[in-house]
Amino acid sequence: MNKYSYIAIALILPLLVVGYESLYRVDETEQVIITQFGKPIGDVVTDAGLKYKVPFIQKVNRIEKRILLWDGEANDMPTKDKLYITVDTFGRWRIKDPLQYFLRLRDERSAQSRLDDILGSETRNAVASHQLIEIIRSTKGREPAVDLLLAASDIGKLLPIKRGRHQVEKDIYAAASGKLSEFGIELLDIRFKRINYNESVRQKIYARMISERQQIAERFRSEGAGEAAKILGSKEKELQRIESEAYQKIQTIQGVADAKATEIYNLAYNKTKDAQELYTFVKTLKTYQSVIDANTTLVLTTDSDIYGLLNGIDK
Amino acid sequence: MERKNVQLADISVAPRQLILGVVAAFILFLTFTSYYTVSAESVGIVQRFGNYHSSVNPGLHFKIPFGVDTVIEVPIKRQLKEEFGFGTPGATYTQQIANPREWQLETTIVTGDLNTALVEWVIQFRIENAFDFLFKVRDPGAALRDISESVMREVVGDRTVDEVLTIGRQDIEARAQVKMQEVTNLYEMGLRIDQVQLKNVNPPKPVQASFDEVNEAQQERERMINVARGEYNKAIPRAKGRADQKVQASEGYAIQRVNEAVGDSNKFTALLAEYIKAPSITKRRLYFETMAEVLPKVSNKVILDYKAASILPLLQLNKMQGDSK
Repeated sequence: MNKYSYIAIALILPLLVVGYESLYRVDETEQVIITQFGKPIGDVVTDAGLKYKVPFIQKVNRIEKRILLWDGEANDMPTKDKLYITVDTFGRWRIKDPLQYFLRLRDERSAQSRLDDILGSETRNAVASHQLIEIIRSTKGREPAVDLLLAASDIGKLLPIKRGRHQVEKDIYAAASGKLSEFGIELLDIRFKRINYNESVRQKIYARMISERQQIAERFRSEGAGEAAKILGSKEKELQRIESEAYQKIQTIQGVADAKATEIYNLAYNKTKDAQELYTFVKTLKTYQSVIDANTTLVLTTDSDIYGLLNGIDK
Repeated sequence: MERKNVQLADISVAPRQLILGVVAAFILFLTFTSYYTVSAESVGIVQRFGNYHSSVNPGLHFKIPFGVDTVIEVPIKRQLKEEFGFGTPGATYTQQIANPREWQLETTIVTGDLNTALVEWVIQFRIENAFDFLFKVRDPGAALRDISESVMREVVGDRTVDEVLTIGRQDIEARAQVKMQEVTNLYEMGLRIDQVQLKNVNPPKPVQASFDEVNEAQQERERMINVARGEYNKAIPRAKGRADQKVQASEGYAIQRVNEAVGDSNKFTALLAEYIKAPSITKRRLYFETMAEVLPKVSNKVILDYKAASILPLLQLNKMQGDSK
C-alpha cells in the first residue's frame, strides 16, 4: 500500500465515526428524547426513520410508543361484605408525555412500580367499598336462563347488583388516571383479570354449594315420591270410579229388565178375573211342587179332593 | 505459535489479489443480505431506518442491506389459538398455553350466584392487521390472554353456576367472542377473534360429588314415577275389562229376564184361553197332575178319616219313629 492509501484511511475513518455518532434510527414502536449532558433538548422525535443529532454531545433516549401492559400482582383483600378474595388486575397504559415521563421516571421499571403503587391501592379502595357481587357481575337486571328441572326452586337466581364490575373498574380508573398523568402516563383502562375466593373463604363457599346441591337432590327425591303417590292415588280413584260406574250400569240394566218383565207378567196375569184366578191356582200348584219334598210329613183327611174317594164314591 | 507465524509468513499474497478477494467477499455478502422470502401464510412488513415502508406479499423480494431495510414476517393467514386452564402439547405459538402452574388459577371462576366453576376454554384468532399488530400494542399475544381471561370472567360472572355448567354454554361462547372482539378493537391490536370454545366446565372437585348426587336424585325421581305409572297401567286396564265383563253379564241377564217373561206370559195366555173354555175340569186336571207328581215324593203320609177325633197323638208317634231311624 502506498502513502495515499494511509491518508485516505486516516480521513475516512473519523468521517465514519462522526457519521455513526450523528445519525440514528427511530423505530415505529418508539419515540426519542435527545439529551445534552443529561438535559432534554428540542422536541420529542415521534416519527420513525433516520434522524440527525449533534455527535458525541447529544444522547438518544428511546421511549416506547406502543400501548403497554401493566399486569398487577394478585393480592388478597377484603370486600365490603368482609369476604377475603384474591384480586388480579391488569391495565393498559401509554406514555402520553414522554418528556414528563423521562424527567419523573426515566425508565419503564420505575413506571411499572409507580403503577403498582397507585393502581394497587386504588383497587384495594374500590374493592373494600363494594360488595363482592358488585365486582363479579356486570349486567344489571339480567335474567338467567333457568334449567326447567330447577325452575321451581329458589336456587339458580342471580344476586342483584347496583353498580357492577364496569362501574367499579371505572372508579379505579377515575381515581388513578389523574395521579398517573403527573408522570406523563395515560392510563387507558384497568380491568379485573381474576377474582377468586381466598383459601379460607373457599371452604365455606364449597360447603354452601354442597348444601345447595343437596337441597336440590332432596327436592328431586321428594318430588319423585310425591308424584308417585299422586299417581297411585289416581289409580285408586280410577279403580273406584270404574267399579262403581259398572255397578251403577248393572243395577240400572237389571232394574229396567225386571220392570219390563213385571210389566209383561202383569199384562198376562192381570188381564181378566179368570186370568187372576188361573194364575193363583197354577202358581199354588207350582209352589207345592217345590215346597213338598221327602222330609215333609203330610196329614191328609179323606175330606180332601185327592183322597175323597177313599171313603166311597158319591159320598 | 512459532510454527503458525512461520506458516503465515510463508503465504505471500500480492496486494492486488488481496483487494480482489475483499471485493469478491463484499459482493457475495451483498447478494446474500439483500434478498429475503416471505412465506405463503405471511405478509412481510418492511421498515426503512425503522420507519414503516411497505408491506409485501409472499415470494422473493429484495431489500437494501446493512440494516437499512428490516423485514418482519407476520403470519396473517395462520389460525392461532390460546388455551386457558389447560394446554395441548406441540404449541405453534408462544402464547398458546400458560405456565401449567397458572392453569388452576386461570380456570377458577366465580359465578353470578357466588358459586365457583372450573372453566377451560380456547380462543381461535388471526392477525388481521399486521401493522397494528406490530406497532400499536407491545406484546399483543400476552394482552390477548389478559383480555380473554377478563372477558370470560365478566361473562361467567353474569351467569348462574347451572348456566355455566349446562344450559348456557353456547350463550357464553357467543357473548365472550363478541366482547373479546370489542376489547381487542378498542386496543387496536389488529386481531380477529374467530371463535371462543368452552372445553371442560366442571364444579370444583370437593363439590363434584354433590352435583352427581343431584343427577342421581333426578334419576331416582324418574324411576319412582315410572314405577307408579307401571302400577297404574297394570291395574286400570284390568279393572276396566272386569267392569265391562260385569256390565255385559247384566245385559245378558236383562235379555234373559225379558225373554223369560214373554215366554211365561205367552204360555199362560195360551193356557188361559183353554181354561176359559172349561175352567172346572182344567183346574181339576191340573190339580191331579200336580198331586200325582208331588205325593209320591212324601214318605210320611198320614191319611185320616175326616171323622177321626184327634190326630195329634198319632202325629207325635210318627215323629218319634222318624227320629229313631
